[in-house]
Amino acid sequence: MEEILNLFHGFAVVLQPYNLLVMLFGIVLGVMIGVLPGLGGANGVAILLPLTFSMSPTSAIIMLSCIYWGALFGGAITSVLFNIPGEPWSVATTFDGHPMAQNGRAGEALTAAFTSSFVGALFAVVVITFVAPLVALFALQFGPAEKFAIFFLAFCSFIGMGKEPPFKTITSMMIGFALAAVGLDSVTGQLRLTFGFTELLNGFDFLIAVIGLFGIGEILLTVEEGLSLKGRAAGINLKVVLQTWAELPRYWITSLRSCLIGCWMGISPAGATPASFMSYGIAKRASRRSDNFGKGEIEGVIAPETAAHAAGTSALLPMLSLGVPGSPTAAVLLGGLLIWGLQPGPLLFVEQKEFVWGLIASMYLGNLVGLAVVLTCVPLFAAILRIPFSIIAPIILVFCAIGAYSVHNSTFDVIVMLFFGVVGYVMKKCNYPLAPLVLAIVLGDRAEEAFRQSLLGSQGSISVFWSNGLVGGIMALGLIALCWPLIHEGSARLRARLPRRVL
Amino acid sequence: MALDSSTSDASRARDGGPGQRAVEIGVSLFTALFGAIVLVGSLQVGIDWGAEGPRPGFFPFYIGLVIIASSAVNLVQMGLTDRRSGFAEWSQLRQVLLVLVPTAIYVVSIPYVGMYLSSAALIAGFMLWLGRYHWSLTAAISIGASIAIYLMFEKWFLVPLPKGPLEELLHL
Repeated sequence: MEEILNLFHGFAVVLQPYNLLVMLFGIVLGVMIGVLPGLGGANGVAILLPLTFSMSPTSAIIMLSCIYWGALFGGAITSVLFNIPGEPWSVATTFDGHPMAQNGRAGEALTAAFTSSFVGALFAVVVITFVAPLVALFALQFGPAEKFAIFFLAFCSFIGMGKEPPFKTITSMMIGFALAAVGLDSVTGQLRLTFGFTELLNGFDFLIAVIGLFGIGEILLTVEEGLSLKGRAAGINLKVVLQTWAELPRYWITSLRSCLIGCWMGISPAGATPASFMSYGIAKRASRRSDNFGKGEIEGVIAPETAAHAAGTSALLPMLSLGVPGSPTAAVLLGGLLIWGLQPGPLLFVEQKEFVWGLIASMYLGNLVGLAVVLTCVPLFAAILRIPFSIIAPIILVFCAIGAYSVHNSTFDVIVMLFFGVVGYVMKKCNYPLAPLVLAIVLGDRAEEAFRQSLLGSQGSISVFWSNGLVGGIMALGLIALCWPLIHEGSARLRARLPRRVL
Repeated sequence: MALDSSTSDASRARDGGPGQRAVEIGVSLFTALFGAIVLVGSLQVGIDWGAEGPRPGFFPFYIGLVIIASSAVNLVQMGLTDRRSGFAEWSQLRQVLLVLVPTAIYVVSIPYVGMYLSSAALIAGFMLWLGRYHWSLTAAISIGASIAIYLMFEKWFLVPLPKGPLEELLHL
C-alpha cells in the first residue's frame, strides 16, 4: 500500500504549523468568498493566487485548495438562510434548504448541508487517493497524440454535456483557444496575432480573464438584478447538530448515490453544478416522500450538497493525474502550478511527491477543519451578507483590480480585466457558457502543442489520432460526447415511436 | 440595499429596453468579427507547413474558421427566438452603468494616482453616491480599507502594488 505510506508523508507536511495556519486562513477566506455575491470559487482563487507567489508551492496549493473547500461550504449558507445561491452549484440546495429555514429548521438544514458536503468531499478524496496514482501511472505512457485526445475528450464533453446551446459553447470555447494563441508561439517562438501591440506580447493571461469574466461580470449581474436580502436567523447549536447527525445515517443510500454521481460528473468535466441538479432530481424520484421535495425535505438538501462537493473535489483528479482540469476552479489551480514552476500532468506523481501528497492530505484535513469552522461560525458568516451592497461591491471591485494587477504587475491587465467583465456580463445574459472559454485559455497552448507534435510525428496525417486502440478509443469517446445531444434526442424519438407497452 | 431593489418581473414589461434578440444578433456578429480578425492574424504568420512543421498560424486559422461558422449558426438560431423577450430594462442597465462607469474611471486612474488612493476614492464614491452614507463613516471605511489592503499585501504577503504621488510623499 504505497499510497497509504505516501499519504502519511503528506500528513507530515500538512501538519507543520505554518501550513496549518495557511489552511485555516484559506478556509475562512474561502467561506467568505462563497458567501459574498460576485465572488466564486474560480475567481476567488484567481484573485488570491498572487498572494502565494512568495510561498513554497506546497503551502500555496494548500491555501488555494482550502479557499476552494471554503467556497464550496460557504455557498450552502446563503442558499439556506437567504435563498441566494452564493455559487451556481448551490442552486439546488435552495429548493429544500430555504423552505426548511422558513419552517424554523435552519440549524437542521445547515448541519445537514455541511455534513453532507463533508461526506461527499471525503468520498471524492478517497477516490483521488487510490485512483489518481493509477491514472497517472497509466498516463505516463501517453505520447502527444494521446495527450491531444484527452484534451479533445475534455472539450467535447463540455459541448455535449453542457446545458447551454452547443454552438454557443463552441463559440465560447474557440474564442478561448484564439485568445490563448495570442502572443509568443510556444513551438516556433514566433509572435502571432498581436497586430503590433506590444501589450499583447505575452498574450492573454487566463487569471485576468477569470477575474474579469466571473468577478466583474457577476457583480454587474448582481447589480442589474437588484438583489434584496431577507435572511433567516441562523439558529445552530450543539443540540441541533447532534440531533441532525443522529438522523443523517438513515439517508445513507441517498448519500452514496450522490457521492457516485458527484465523482462521475466531477471527473468528466461536467462539474459540480449539473451534478447537484442531477443528484437532486434522482433523489426526488427515488424517495418515498418525493411529494415533500421542495417544501423542506432534508433529503433534498443532502443530495445536491453531497454531489456538489464530491464533484468539486474529484474535479482535481484529472487535474492532478492528467493535467486536464475538471472545473474552472481546478483550471485556476492548474494555472497556479504553472506559475510556481511545476509541470502539471502524470509526472507530478513521480517528481513532486511532497507536493501531490501534501495536497491530498490537505484535502482530508481541510474538509474536516472546514466542517468545524462553518458549524461554529455560521452567524458570523451570515452577518457578512448583511453588509450593504454599496460598501461590499466597491471592496470586491478593488480586490479584483489588485488580483488582476499583481499577476504580472501590469496596470494594462486591470483594464483588460474590466473589458473581460463587460464581455462576461453580456455572454452570461446571452447564455454563452464561460467555463469552456476559461479552460480553453488555460489549456490552449498545451492542446495546440500536443496537436502539432502529433502531426509532426505523422508528417501531417490526421490519421495519427486513430493509429492505435488507445488514442482511437479516447477520440471515439470524445466524438460520442460531442454528439451526445443528437444521440439522446434520436433515442428519445425512437422510444416515442415505439408502442408504450414497455412502460 | 442601496441600489434599486424594487425591480421584478412585473416591471420588466413596463420599462422597455433592448430586446434579447437584438443583443444576441449583435453578439454573434461580434464573435464572427473576432473570428475574422483571428483569420487575418493567422494568415499574416503563415498557415502552411514550414521547416519546423505546421507554421504558427496553422492552429489559430482553423480556430478562426470554427468561430465564424458557429457564430453563423448562432445568428441563424436567433431568427427562431421570441421577438418580445427583453435583454434588460433601461433602469437595470442604468444601474449597471452606475457601477461600470466609476469602475472604468478607477481602473484608468490606477497608474497615475496609485492603487491605494484610487481604491479609497472608489469605495468612498460608492458609499456617498449610491449608499448615501454620512461622510464620516465613508471616510473611515474607505481609508481603513486602503490601510488594511496595504498591510495585507505589502507587509504580510510581500506583493507590491502601484503607488502614486501620495505614497511618495509619505515615503512608503
